Amino acid sequence: MGKTELKVAAIENGTVIDHIPADRVFTVVDILGLQKLDNTITIGFNLKSKKSEKKGLIKISDHYFTDLEIARLACVAPNISISLIRNYEIVDKHTVSLPDQVVDTVKCSNPKCITNHEPMATRFITVDKVAGTLRCAYCNREISVDEIIFK
Amino acid sequence: MSLTNNSLVTLEDLSKEKILQLLENAAKFEACPNRKILDGKIVATLFFEPSTRTRLSFETAANRLGARVIGFSDAATTSSTKGETLKDTIMMVSNYSDLIIMRHYLEGAARYASEISPIPIINAGDGANQHPSQTMLDLYSMQKTQGKLDNLDIYLVGDLKYGRTVHSMLTAMRFFNPTFHFIAPKELAMPDVYKQYCRDNGIKFIEHTEFNKDIIAGADILYMTRVQRERFSNLDEYERVKDAYILHNDMLEGSKPNLRILHPLPRVNEISQDVDENPKAYYFQQAKNGLYVRQALICNALNINVD
Repeated sequence: MGKTELKVAAIENGTVIDHIPADRVFTVVDILGLQKLDNTITIGFNLKSKKSEKKGLIKISDHYFTDLEIARLACVAPNISISLIRNYEIVDKHTVSLPDQVVDTVKCSNPKCITNHEPMATRFITVDKVAGTLRCAYCNREISVDEIIFK
Repeated sequence: MSLTNNSLVTLEDLSKEKILQLLENAAKFEACPNRKILDGKIVATLFFEPSTRTRLSFETAANRLGARVIGFSDAATTSSTKGETLKDTIMMVSNYSDLIIMRHYLEGAARYASEISPIPIINAGDGANQHPSQTMLDLYSMQKTQGKLDNLDIYLVGDLKYGRTVHSMLTAMRFFNPTFHFIAPKELAMPDVYKQYCRDNGIKFIEHTEFNKDIIAGADILYMTRVQRERFSNLDEYERVKDAYILHNDMLEGSKPNLRILHPLPRVNEISQDVDENPKAYYFQQAKNGLYVRQALICNALNINVD
């Protein structure tokens, strides 16, 4: 990568979250609770991207996320990529996408849905992996990424 | 072993073959409704929300099959008012009965009950979500009056936005190449999500806002629903359209001879009384068909063959 393109400093160890839709960067910050971490964090906002017009990128030094945290991330920002960095090398890189079902992670937005009244797990069927549309397996309410509330 | 696979939560879970088989069995019950094939079985009707019509129809169906019926018709008399969960009620009742028929005010309650219950559940309506036995009796009535389910011109009139029966019908008819006509005021038009469903499933539809004799001249089935005042955010709009979707007898002049008028009932004023005498009015027989359809659904849930 040429110097002119290197807009965000490389990290020695940690996680790089890339291809975040620009309007979701701060949602990702919230969901992962980054503001509570003491680690060094670099946030890139409105960067130019080949895949989408503008993107966000977040680098978190010396920190790796749990599967549950990644699953929550997939709900609000499907198609982002996650790279694990060790000793300046990318040891794992994968694109996060919504699973076919999202279990007990998201709250149904329908106040009359049974899941909001019983002590039970929620379950959503993924209708559109790219746009991030989920349908409640119980009441059939469809919710988009903009409407997601976590349990 | 769990028998939950025999639960009926929504018609979306049923194949075309299963739907046709259930309709065939309903016809057998119409020919001979009193059959003691559920002797020794106990059917529980749990109505967390009152629904006299549906409950009586299911209880009559169970009684005519020789089953005994337990249950309640109003959640106010049950432990749910003490804070008991639906799960606990279902687990308790499943100790006593072979089948649970449940109406609940919460959407998705039937799906959840079918997942936790060791005995089959029949959904008798869960909030604004699903009411499969109503749709089955609509299908039965259409098949019986038209001699077929394929290639029908079905005109849905009134509240197409909130009416769960019309939404379920779209789903159930996807196997039978219908042409739908949606006749509704703009504020109660068929929601985009259902129109998209039609497109995705190759179901033809035409939308109208006018309701008159020329519009309905091509109908095989005229399915009327109620335009309710409380559905309107703009009451001026309600006043403007409230009488525009009422069916009068003179509108049926020139209609097809095979036309039949259906309505899920209860009716308020959307079908004027003078239509009742017209031989094309079918809504009371339609309600009666619910009995035979529910007999077929109960036997299916209990894995009982109908000869």
